Amino acid sequence: MAGLATTFGSGAMTNSINEITNDAQLLMLIGTNTTEAHPIIGYKMRQAARRGAKLIVVDPRRIDLAEEADYWLRIKPGTDIPFLNGLMHIIINEDLHDKEFIEKRTENFELLKETVKNYPPEYVSSLTGISVEDLYAVARLYATTDRAMLFYTLGITEHICGTHNVMSVANLAMLTGHLGRPGTGVNPIRGQNNVQGACDMGALPNVYSGYQKVTDPAARAKFEKAWGVELPGSNGLTIPDMFEKAHDGDVKAMYILGENPVLTDPNSNHIRAALENLEFLVVQELFLTETAEYADVILPAASFAETDGTFTSTERRVQRVRKAIKPVPGQTNWQTLMALSARMGYPLSYRNPEEIWMEMASLSPALAGITYERLEECGIQWPCPSCEHPGTPCLHGATFSHGKGLFQGIDHIPPAEMPDEEYPFLLSTGRILQHYNVTTPYSTGIQSLWSEELSELHPQDAAKLQVETGDKVKVSSRRGELTTKIKVTDRVPPGMIWMSFHYTASPANALTSAGLDPITKTGEYKVAAAKIEKI
Amino acid sequence: MIDLIKLYINGKEVEVPAGTTILKAAEQIGIDVPHLCFEEGLSSVGACRLCVVEVKGARSLVASCAAAVAPGMVVETHSPDVMEARRTILDLLIANHPLDCLTCEKAGECKLADYCYEYGIKETTFKGEKHAYPVEITNPFIVRDMNKCILCGKCVRACAEVTGQNTLDFAYRGFNSMTTPAFEDELVESDCVFCGQCVSVCPTGALTEKQMQGKGRRWDYEKVKTTCPFCGTGCNFDLCVKDGELIGVTSHTGSVVNNKALCVKGRFGWDFVKNERRLTTPLIKKDGEFVSASWDEALELISSRLGEIKEKFGPNSFAALSSARCTNEENYLVQKFTRTVMGTNNVDHCART
Repeated sequence: MAGLATTFGSGAMTNSINEITNDAQLLMLIGTNTTEAHPIIGYKMRQAARRGAKLIVVDPRRIDLAEEADYWLRIKPGTDIPFLNGLMHIIINEDLHDKEFIEKRTENFELLKETVKNYPPEYVSSLTGISVEDLYAVARLYATTDRAMLFYTLGITEHICGTHNVMSVANLAMLTGHLGRPGTGVNPIRGQNNVQGACDMGALPNVYSGYQKVTDPAARAKFEKAWGVELPGSNGLTIPDMFEKAHDGDVKAMYILGENPVLTDPNSNHIRAALENLEFLVVQELFLTETAEYADVILPAASFAETDGTFTSTERRVQRVRKAIKPVPGQTNWQTLMALSARMGYPLSYRNPEEIWMEMASLSPALAGITYERLEECGIQWPCPSCEHPGTPCLHGATFSHGKGLFQGIDHIPPAEMPDEEYPFLLSTGRILQHYNVTTPYSTGIQSLWSEELSELHPQDAAKLQVETGDKVKVSSRRGELTTKIKVTDRVPPGMIWMSFHYTASPANALTSAGLDPITKTGEYKVAAAKIEKI
Repeated sequence: MIDLIKLYINGKEVEVPAGTTILKAAEQIGIDVPHLCFEEGLSSVGACRLCVVEVKGARSLVASCAAAVAPGMVVETHSPDVMEARRTILDLLIANHPLDCLTCEKAGECKLADYCYEYGIKETTFKGEKHAYPVEITNPFIVRDMNKCILCGKCVRACAEVTGQNTLDFAYRGFNSMTTPAFEDELVESDCVFCGQCVSVCPTGALTEKQMQGKGRRWDYEKVKTTCPFCGTGCNFDLCVKDGELIGVTSHTGSVVNNKALCVKGRFGWDFVKNERRLTTPLIKKDGEFVSASWDEALELISSRLGEIKEKFGPNSFAALSSARCTNEENYLVQKFTRTVMGTNNVDHCART
């Protein structure tokens, strides 16, 4: 999100999901296997493509939507920046950029022009593995289509250059004026049900709710007044830094609500060691997860079906969550947090989640107009500054959040670790349709059909290793090893092994890279070097 | 500007945009025309003929779900001829439909039963052969009873037009016609993604949710609209509750992002909530083993240990991980707790991971 915040002034999906089928004439997907990770959005993309919208899929894997695509570009992992710069090089050379939009709405165009000058199609083709012909065709098609939407997910962000990847995507949209109108925009599809909301609520080390900076004295003073305490004025620790500091002994105690970093964070052996090193760990969870095993105290959590509240979806839509059954542990999570706060000398007196929401909204201008009553039918998309405001389906209509959009000059940053003689395979990871980061292994039906990892391996590599679908292999990296069954398929290119991160028995994150995006601290889940041995 | 067209339905004047079907025009003035194969959001095929209406001057009855309005059209939706045609259609449909409504999973939400009730069709006058297909129960999500299929084709269109998977289609002709995956494979053998769109549109008991079998009659369910806890799309659905127990998930028609569509996780993955391995009481680790504790005991231990650590090592020795799976309100409280009580900005969640 830092990338979009730098360019546009705010980091969120600029447009809305229903514009895929209602407005867009072209969809370009970079690093998003949408039919599996966000099925309903993926289904809409397929509907749009079948009704005549152009579909461009940029992905190393032959994902389902590649089958529907007008162009499927099998990009080499970690070469998104040269690819995007290459498109912009062609667009500028052929005078297809939107000069009016650039003039009125952006700054720094000359910098971009200078940078992308160094990315001629032949050079880009050699880096990305995409043919010169396809680069020209896609550049022209995207630039000359009036309503074109860009989508990406973790295939763009889970790289050491994730933030720069995002800025490059934003550069491309600004260069062609594909912003601020229905059927356009830069659209990161958020992975988890309330990842947008958790950010909006200030569950981040640098901002309060509504993205008000903790380092801004005025914002801090406002929250100090509302909360009646003095607040710390410097940014806190990000997740990787928390574990680093726990490892070093500076962080002594942690409270982890509904997260399982041992399974989901990169380089899990490092996470285990950090948790081991804590003096005191509280985990509040539905199940005894890999992470909860390390806890000193486990608090049972209530599930989504057991509480009232709200989630905010990837299109910034705040929607109601409603209590259907009694909380299994006897109390909801907000009640638990209130009880703990009171015991530690800071009593809270919310009678229900609506009162929590109203306090938050009163302190957060972008959400100030949203009430539970207004959410009843179909939710509201923020920004929604007042009770009369209808919400905002499409951002950046007339201006960007910080006035003008800033072009960034961005050069290629190769992945932190690439295959070599010792670890000749490129390991990439992601999500599959049937599973989610948590909870799905506890669904009887889902677990009965999809209970174990099937890592994807190209037929050529399978032949060399003399393995077939269903065989077990040992996969190792510089950080760990595991065994997994494989599926032989040309979904992956030769030289790649692709794994999901869902299975305790084949925990892909024991292998993933320690490389981090220096700005967002996102792990490089998409590229690591690995070795495969038949067992 | 779209042209407005004026017509008369059951003597009432109505004005609708050109291209509107007679069915939708009738709906607009509160006239309910029965239909089995029509579904909002899917293409109209006019297959079941139940929606036929009389159009003055037309040679025969017209399928209102597929026919567009015309200027000055005079329509009767419940004339004697129309009623007779509908009764005959229903009579034909139940000629080859098991009348085991007493024990049918779909009882209460079966459109065929509703219309037979409305049009007074108790039994068929056409005696003949009946299907005796085995009921498919081999996957954990969808029960397929093709004996109850009326060949409306909504499942086929939902699979093709909503999910785009094209797993189901019609096979064979005449009496042997059926909707099926290729080669009459079972769903588990096909490339079905178990989104259950077919189940959500099926008007009879042909396709039902396996998890809900035998758990209660449809009219007993309390339906609670909520937002899906898997992925960031923000689909809505109904949680079905009976006697305080979660029974299943059904589509909430008209949901703003997804209408009736869901994926395998949203529609069928909800049962993690009732998994017997759910934690029900606080646990405290004593000598390496987790021991059940009361809320009081656990919260007291947490507050004293966190208090001590803050006292001894300072606020920044504490860090909280909030959750992208929890509600906004819970996230707000975690960051508020961390900042006010613990005095540190060390709070984050897995937006990065």
